[in-house]
Amino acid sequence: MNLPAKPNESNAAVQNLYSDAYDWTNQCVKCGYCLPACPTYESMGVESASPRGRINLVKMAAEGKIDFQKDLAEPIDLCLGCRACETACPVGVPYGHILEAAKEAIENSPSANQKNKMTRIKKLALVHFFPYPKRMNRIGSAVQLYQKTGLSKLIRSSNILQKVSPALAYLEQALPDIETSSKRIRPGTIMPAKGETKLKVAFFTGCIMDSMMSRINRLSIELLTIAGCEVILPENQNCCGALHSHQGETIQAKALAKRNIQAFMQTDADVIVNNAGGCGASLLEYGHLLAEDQEWAAAARAFSEKSKDISQILHQLGPLPFTEGWQGIVSYQDSCHLRNVQKVQKEPRLLLQSIPGVSYVEMEGFDRCCASGGIYNLLHFDESMKILDEKMKNLNETKATTIVTVNPGCQMQMSIGIQREGAANQMKSLHLVEVLAKACGLD
Amino acid sequence: MEKEALVDLRKVIPGDRMFLDLAERYCYSYDASFGEYLPEIVIQPKNAEEISAVVKLANTHKIPVYPRGSGTSLSGGPLPVKGGMVLDMTLLRDKLIIDRENMLAIVSPGVITADIHKKAEEAGLFYPPDPSSSNVATIGGNLLENSSGPKGLKYGTTKEYVIGLEVVTPTGEIIRTGGKTVKNVTGYDLTRLIVGSEGTLGIVTEAIIRLIPKPQSKQTFVAHFNHLIDSGHAITSILSSGILPSALELMDNACIRAVESYRPSGLPLQAEAILIIEIDGHPLAIEEEINKCADICRAEGASYVKIAETEEERQTIWSARKLVSPAITQMGPTKISEDATVPRSQIPAMMERLNNIREKYGLNLVVFGHAGDGNLHPNIITDKRNITEMKKVELAVSEIFEAAIDLGGTLSGEHGIGTLKSPYMEMELGITGVNMMKKIKEAWDPNNILNPGKIFPDKGQTRVVLVP
Repeated sequence: MNLPAKPNESNAAVQNLYSDAYDWTNQCVKCGYCLPACPTYESMGVESASPRGRINLVKMAAEGKIDFQKDLAEPIDLCLGCRACETACPVGVPYGHILEAAKEAIENSPSANQKNKMTRIKKLALVHFFPYPKRMNRIGSAVQLYQKTGLSKLIRSSNILQKVSPALAYLEQALPDIETSSKRIRPGTIMPAKGETKLKVAFFTGCIMDSMMSRINRLSIELLTIAGCEVILPENQNCCGALHSHQGETIQAKALAKRNIQAFMQTDADVIVNNAGGCGASLLEYGHLLAEDQEWAAAARAFSEKSKDISQILHQLGPLPFTEGWQGIVSYQDSCHLRNVQKVQKEPRLLLQSIPGVSYVEMEGFDRCCASGGIYNLLHFDESMKILDEKMKNLNETKATTIVTVNPGCQMQMSIGIQREGAANQMKSLHLVEVLAKACGLD
Repeated sequence: MEKEALVDLRKVIPGDRMFLDLAERYCYSYDASFGEYLPEIVIQPKNAEEISAVVKLANTHKIPVYPRGSGTSLSGGPLPVKGGMVLDMTLLRDKLIIDRENMLAIVSPGVITADIHKKAEEAGLFYPPDPSSSNVATIGGNLLENSSGPKGLKYGTTKEYVIGLEVVTPTGEIIRTGGKTVKNVTGYDLTRLIVGSEGTLGIVTEAIIRLIPKPQSKQTFVAHFNHLIDSGHAITSILSSGILPSALELMDNACIRAVESYRPSGLPLQAEAILIIEIDGHPLAIEEEINKCADICRAEGASYVKIAETEEERQTIWSARKLVSPAITQMGPTKISEDATVPRSQIPAMMERLNNIREKYGLNLVVFGHAGDGNLHPNIITDKRNITEMKKVELAVSEIFEAAIDLGGTLSGEHGIGTLKSPYMEMELGITGVNMMKKIKEAWDPNNILNPGKIFPDKGQTRVVLVP
């Protein structure tokens, strides 16, 4: 019988993974209860694409039995990080932490220098764009220009993107119409509550939300104010760092977290509100991310405790003053990080059901990942589309005309699904905030 | 893997369903029990013909074959202890036919057991065997391990429901056993021989299982006992009163404490036992029966009895039982889960023997399980990296088996023998009994190809060895 041997002490990378994640991997009793919850196990059908398989591979790597790049990297890379397995686990194995430790180990392993092109592009975006709000805004403006000038129509009709990368082609079409930057609410602004001030909230703008989906941010803030919130937009806030954590760039993720903690803890807000499931999960885990950092641990915990999704606040302060209502069948696709990490599932549904005129229909598999997975759909296009196409079958069954999400990645992924079905005339993918705002007569 | 064998295998299985890389092989090196054994190759067959061809090649090249469902075995059933090839059966899941007229289901072995439950219930029918892993485990694994769950008390175990099989034999032939009739006495009952054979006598490629009408309704109640012995008497009194509960579960004081420290649920810390009893059937009948059971518990000295009035209250009662697993693993990462079973009249005596074992070795030993059918689950919570403690665990496990057999019971009620209990086979069956079984194995599998290293101990092995 093979027993866990201490890994070769000379190999620092193995030793690091061992001290970071080995105890967590040992909590797994291999019961396999996670298998039915895992979207990649369902679509790929091999144990290495399951949470139990991945946890065991991390354990093997920490024991020095397998190679980080040759054996561990691919199964870990193919994980969506949806963390549905955590909700199925009867013994509470912290899969998300294991995954991030593995990604960091792979990223830093000595043999990691032979990176492919995609990895370099990924790194460029993570290191040079997402952390910098100004650069992100410039991208947003560029995209807006691209859409406004008709260049987008030209590109679409030429089919050139389809030839270069089908993933990018879909994504290009899934991009929302970007609002002119003059409407963007500037950092440092304080928006008073409409009517009585029930709550003081600080609003987290996010990097992609702020640059590409600034309209949703603006509508979020307006909704919060009509619900009775004074909304502060702290200056110097930045990307939450989720994408960095998920790609093993832990050092950068920590730096981003610290800047956000500093920016928000200076305000006297009762709650820190965000409108993107993925960002919210990341903010909620600052306490864990910085737990070992003596200087920051307490502030990080306090920050995480204050962090809430916008649906929680709107539901808490509701009912909203609906003036226009909504027509047609509406279905809701859970954001994995909102559902599985933040444990928020009923509020978005209750809000949608409260809109006059909405006929709400739950779809089969609503809690299963749409396979957007941050940038998973770009990096693993075929695997992602296989899962998405299954989801679209379930969605079509509901006959919904609106599919609602609470995360930019999910929203774009569902748009891609609609395009693939050729259903753009019958169905729209919208953010919860867009639907609520429209029903309240905001635009 | 031998080159020639590989060349031959490639002729019968497409490359994308054959895995030689280290990562995938490590992913099939374990199950939910103990130990890790690296196979040489993992194959995902899609039908009986492919399996037959693979098994024939395995005989030619003398390669061990290890069939595997979802790998939830608690006894080491699918572990590739002698290397060779793992056959991942999960792709054989095309067939799940409910035949209402004949009250049967015809299923492929890779179908998940819970999907059979669901499909049967949609047709107003019922497949009772309910291992706690039924949302994950395959029916093929359930059949070969003859695994059951809480409902065994009233409805019997998996073997009572299997009436026909298609099987690939250890030499690669495809045979059919039994059929679609409940009554069938034509020749030896090979169906029953193969069910529970732990994959040593054949690979099931299709099964015909019997369904029964779905009970109309169910009710649940919980009773707390300050003295374990009283709970034992309550169990025997209920069962001799003419009432057959569909579940009768017990948690001991160590379980209660573990659950309370993990997630406080208002359980009584001073209680030595909690019984959870569920009764199903006609609503009017169960109303009367549940009250009678509750009265019996009170008369036997229960300190608290509560009948669930709503579905929510029912869930609350069961949640305490469901929290046992997560709660006890908080006490250590390694869980050795046993399923020694005694005649139900001996439950109090068995509980006392288990208490003595816990004290003798100073181990974290908790007991819960299906008390109604005498199928207890003593679990030892430990850390496999602590060699000194693991050595004590080995001795304690041996004593648990001795106790069960002393009291007229058996090594395993539902998990199977596999690798962990094989050293004790002689203790229960005697040398002649084990030899009769070996003769069957040798006649069916002359090359010892199918799941070698299971059920029968290696020469000279007299107790389980968990650590070197």
